[in-house]
Amino acid sequence: MTPTYYLLLSALLFTIGAVGVLVRRNAIVVFMCVELMLNAVNLSLVTFSRINGGLDGQIMAFFVMVVAAAEVVVGLAIIMSIFRTRRTASVDDSNLLKY
Amino acid sequence: MTGTINLAAEVQQASGVANLAWLLLVLPAFGAAVLLIAGRRADKWGHLLGSATVIGAFAYAVLLFFDTTSLAADDRTREAHLFDWISIHSLNVEFGLRLDPLSLTFVLLITGVGSLIHIYSIGYMSDDRDRRRFFAYLNLFVSAMLLLVLGNGFVTLYFGWEGVGLASYLLIGWYQGKDFAATAAKKAFLMNRVGDVGLALAIFLMFKNMGSTQYSVVFDKIGEQSTGVIVAIGILLLLGACGKSGQFPLQAWLPDAMAGPTPVSALIHAATMVTAGVYLIARSNPLYSLPQAEDARLVVMIVGAVTLLIGCVIGCAYDDFKKVLAYSTVSQIGYMILAVGLGPAGYAFGILHLLTHGFFKAGLFLGAGSVMHGMNDEGDIRRLGGLAKKMPITFITWTLGYLALIGFPFLSGYFSKDAIIAAAFSEGGSRGWIFGGIALLGAGLTAFYMTRLLILVFLGKPRWENLKSEDGRAYHPHESGWTMTLPMIVLAVGSVGAGAILSGVLPEWLAPTLGELVEEHGPLSHTVIAILTVAISAIGAGIAFALFGRREQPVTRPQRVSFPVRAARADLYGNHLNEALFARPGVWLTRFLVFVDNRGVDGLVNGIAAGLGGSSGRLRRLQTGFVRSYALSMLGGSILVIAALLMVRFA
Amino acid sequence: MSTSSTGSWLLAALLLLPLVGAAVVVALRGNDSTAKAAALAFSIAEFALAIVAWVQFEPGGARLQQAFSFDWIPAFGVHVSFAVDGIALAMIAVIGLLVPLVIGAGWLDKLPEGRTKGGFFALILLEQALTVGVFAATDVFLFYVLFEIMLIPMYFLIGSYGGARRQYAAVKFFLYSFLGGLIMLASVIGCYVLAVEQNGTGTFEWAELVKVVSTAPLETQIWLFLGFFAAFAIKAPLVPVHTWLPDATAEAPIGVAVLLVGILDKVGTFGFLRYLLPMFPLASKELAPLVLVLAVAGVIYGSMLATGQRDMKRFLAYVSIAHFGFIALGIFAFSSQAMVGSVTYMVNHSLATGMLILVVGMVIARGGSSRVADYGGMAKLTPVLAAMLLIAGLSSMSLPGTNSFVSEFLVLIGSFPNAPVYTIIATVGMVLAALYVLWLYQRVMQGPVRGDALVGAAGGPGTMVDPAVGAKKAIADLSGREKLVLAPLVVLIIGLGFFPKPVLDVVTPAVDATMCQAALADPVQSGERQLQCR
Repeated sequence: MTPTYYLLLSALLFTIGAVGVLVRRNAIVVFMCVELMLNAVNLSLVTFSRINGGLDGQIMAFFVMVVAAAEVVVGLAIIMSIFRTRRTASVDDSNLLKY
Repeated sequence: MTGTINLAAEVQQASGVANLAWLLLVLPAFGAAVLLIAGRRADKWGHLLGSATVIGAFAYAVLLFFDTTSLAADDRTREAHLFDWISIHSLNVEFGLRLDPLSLTFVLLITGVGSLIHIYSIGYMSDDRDRRRFFAYLNLFVSAMLLLVLGNGFVTLYFGWEGVGLASYLLIGWYQGKDFAATAAKKAFLMNRVGDVGLALAIFLMFKNMGSTQYSVVFDKIGEQSTGVIVAIGILLLLGACGKSGQFPLQAWLPDAMAGPTPVSALIHAATMVTAGVYLIARSNPLYSLPQAEDARLVVMIVGAVTLLIGCVIGCAYDDFKKVLAYSTVSQIGYMILAVGLGPAGYAFGILHLLTHGFFKAGLFLGAGSVMHGMNDEGDIRRLGGLAKKMPITFITWTLGYLALIGFPFLSGYFSKDAIIAAAFSEGGSRGWIFGGIALLGAGLTAFYMTRLLILVFLGKPRWENLKSEDGRAYHPHESGWTMTLPMIVLAVGSVGAGAILSGVLPEWLAPTLGELVEEHGPLSHTVIAILTVAISAIGAGIAFALFGRREQPVTRPQRVSFPVRAARADLYGNHLNEALFARPGVWLTRFLVFVDNRGVDGLVNGIAAGLGGSSGRLRRLQTGFVRSYALSMLGGSILVIAALLMVRFA
Repeated sequence: MSTSSTGSWLLAALLLLPLVGAAVVVALRGNDSTAKAAALAFSIAEFALAIVAWVQFEPGGARLQQAFSFDWIPAFGVHVSFAVDGIALAMIAVIGLLVPLVIGAGWLDKLPEGRTKGGFFALILLEQALTVGVFAATDVFLFYVLFEIMLIPMYFLIGSYGGARRQYAAVKFFLYSFLGGLIMLASVIGCYVLAVEQNGTGTFEWAELVKVVSTAPLETQIWLFLGFFAAFAIKAPLVPVHTWLPDATAEAPIGVAVLLVGILDKVGTFGFLRYLLPMFPLASKELAPLVLVLAVAGVIYGSMLATGQRDMKRFLAYVSIAHFGFIALGIFAFSSQAMVGSVTYMVNHSLATGMLILVVGMVIARGGSSRVADYGGMAKLTPVLAAMLLIAGLSSMSLPGTNSFVSEFLVLIGSFPNAPVYTIIATVGMVLAALYVLWLYQRVMQGPVRGDALVGAAGGPGTMVDPAVGAKKAIADLSGREKLVLAPLVVLIIGLGFFPKPVLDVVTPAVDATMCQAALADPVQSGERQLQCR
């Protein structure tokens, strides 16, 4: 088994996620792209863990999952409330937190 | 110099009557304090208390005088220590009094003339609702002036020096509702302060080089100092004297000071305060008598001679009664300064002239005050005239003072002024001729302007009959009450007799302080000089009579006049010079500095603040609030970081 | 570890009483009159304590008296330690005197909307406690902390209770002082590091640091000196870092302006004496010309600007800047006469300028404007007020017979032997002082009655007023309360002018000790004296 493929896949996923965050307007999609990036990182963490033979990477991956789950909870709640007040989920329509 | 007595060795402790010498200072000061603090409650009796304290001080001074004359000549210099004023290690400034013939002479003059003028003021100021405050200021003045002459060190002298300046400021600005009075007061104080800087620096030099500011130490050690230090102290003291005594180049304030009430002009700006400069130089005689101080003395003489001429020339052109007298004072003090500048040959004559001048000039001013009091405060001599019949006592006393001033034979001015002229000639060489000649010329000019004054005010036609004063009232000249005439009579008696009596005894009386009078004989004998002086004075008076006595005089001053008259009317451009040299550049500099401070110094600070604020405002614009732009910048940042890491790794 | 010496309870009480007072006054702020009474009572009690401390102080005794100390941060050798020498004691006494007067003067002042008298006076008491602490602190770190904290109540006093541009002035004041303080912090830490290097353990005790730092090489001393100097020069203030003072004085309420100019600014010159000279003797000598130039420039520049001001309160600020020039000159002329002169100048300036500010405040309270041009001929309407302005003014121009003469004379005569040129220039400042004081007096008090408020009261433009007839209603002369506020100052101004010995005696030993620490000798020796370091 060559770890290279896993790493390449991880990079691909991360890139897709990053591009998605940058180009998509729908907050839900942006959110999902962020999750995609997190999971790409998880994948590479696990891969490196496997390469080095330690458990550190896998443990870290669990942490990321937990944090991601918590983030989903909070993030989706925010998106929901924004949608309720503004009737839109586009990230370009809300820029209240500016200078 | 022969005849100079080493003073420091002979100072005695005051005892007996002299132990109470502090009363001299405290009595008038107490009067002033009571009158100022009690306020309107003291209106009824304030003038009486004010006069009583000064008369009390005079009585004590007489007592002290006789106490001193009962001592041997060598024991007459006494000091009374009151308390340590400012004492820090090597600097010890005592608050003490020096009672010696010189200071006692002044004490008698100040309290004597002071008492007379207090009495005169009771009548003169009777219409003023603030008469009480006036007496408080007069008392303050007497107290400060006594401190000036009695202090036993240069710092106590300085204390009194500035104290009389304050009293003078308050009294010149008496009519403070009028801008010109307030401005004149301010001008007087400021020009005095310029002189005070000189005095202060002289004191600093004394401390630096001799470690003390007390007369006893300074006069003891002055002989050991280098010529440079001695000359510097001499000239700085002279600067102080110039400020207080209205000498060139600081003479311009004295005529303006006539804005004050007339008794003030008589007491402060004729008889006492303005002679403080003469006192200072006479007091410092151990310094000026040193051969190393030759140059300083020369400067003193030059200042005196220049001033006496300036005063005479300007006095000829003015039409204001009191201002003519003021310039006369300037020039007479010029004589005194010239005299003390002559050194041991002249100190005593300077003081002699100071005393006789105190009598006749105070009398002349009181006469002027009496005239103005009866003439609705009219001071323009062209609007007066023919008052001799209306005010006989004033006329007679004034004329006696006049004769004394122009040196009419055997009146007091004759003895004192002639002595100075003779002493000036006896300086010898070209100096003797120059200074003697100037003094002689001054005598002629003095006779001229004083005769002009006499004719225009008291003789001739009553030009005021068809005129009204500024406030629209007609003139009703009348003789003044007894409180005013009595002092005038006393002073007139003094003007007549003081010279004859004092010229005999004064030099010997003052010898313990000023050293023996050195009689030197110049190219001309005293008799010749006396005849010359009288002759020249007669010529001056004669010209004045020819010009003013025989013709009708206009009520307003003629405008088309020759250049010398115009120059004299403009104070020989002294004020213009001050204005152009100091006042105007000062105002410009101040405005410029205010601009620099607001725009430059503060502008720099505010500029930095504004620059920081402005650039932060620009940078803030980067926060657009759009999530995706933040994401892009995060991506850019990450790429930069990774690129940097890679470059480090593979470089 | 804690130590204390005799009389330390006095100093502790002096520090705590105003704090307690501030707390009580804040609690009572709902009711104006009780809050005012409480504030006045506490301030008078504090003054009484200060007098007791003055009497207890032995001028011939130890350098620092009434000391107490306990650990604060032992790891860094930081202590809470307080003690007074003659200089600090004199300043504490002045604070004790001025605060009740300021409270009395501000008794009837109108405050901005929504502010209470209680809050105002509580802040003043708090400021008092902090300034007493600054003067009494004998731990350099504690001094630094108090030096900075002291800004906070003052910031609110200016920013919340001041005039129209109070926010600007308060921020400017705070930033200026804070900047200086931070630069000083760097030097404070530098001194600590030196102590660690030399002794192994670091300390912030002043007496220890003096021993350590004063032996450091010149280069090190210069850098550390500059750090302290930046803070003190801003605080004093010396030209050219003075521009916060005119703004702060102009915008602050009158009483606060008195505290600002009379007390807070003195921390700067106090710092020169307590920190710069003993800790950095080599650098002080090396850099003395720099300070002297700034000092003399301040005298002339401040005086000239004072004559050019249109606003009376800004005028007062520039007058103070000129006076601080004299103080700095006296300290860096290195003679005991000049240095004693400077310390007494600090005391006398607080009395004289404090009184001048209070009187100007009373003028403003009557005319409703601080512009000089809005006044004229007031002496006719209010003779007593005019007399007070004159007395305060005469003291400001150092007329003999007033307290300031003694100090200015000492500064100048003491500076002359070592720094003749600077002294001569500063002496010219005497003429300018007379000029600006008399200018103000003439414009406000003399001449015909001018200004809307005054003419309105007098009945007709430019008329000469007979005070018995008109003008009595609107423009009244001093009230009993105002006379009571000014009376102690008048008594002290004249009393100390004739008899300055009590102050000189307390101050001189501390100055001698400072001269000794800085290894300075008098230029003019009387012979019998030997410098004894204590």
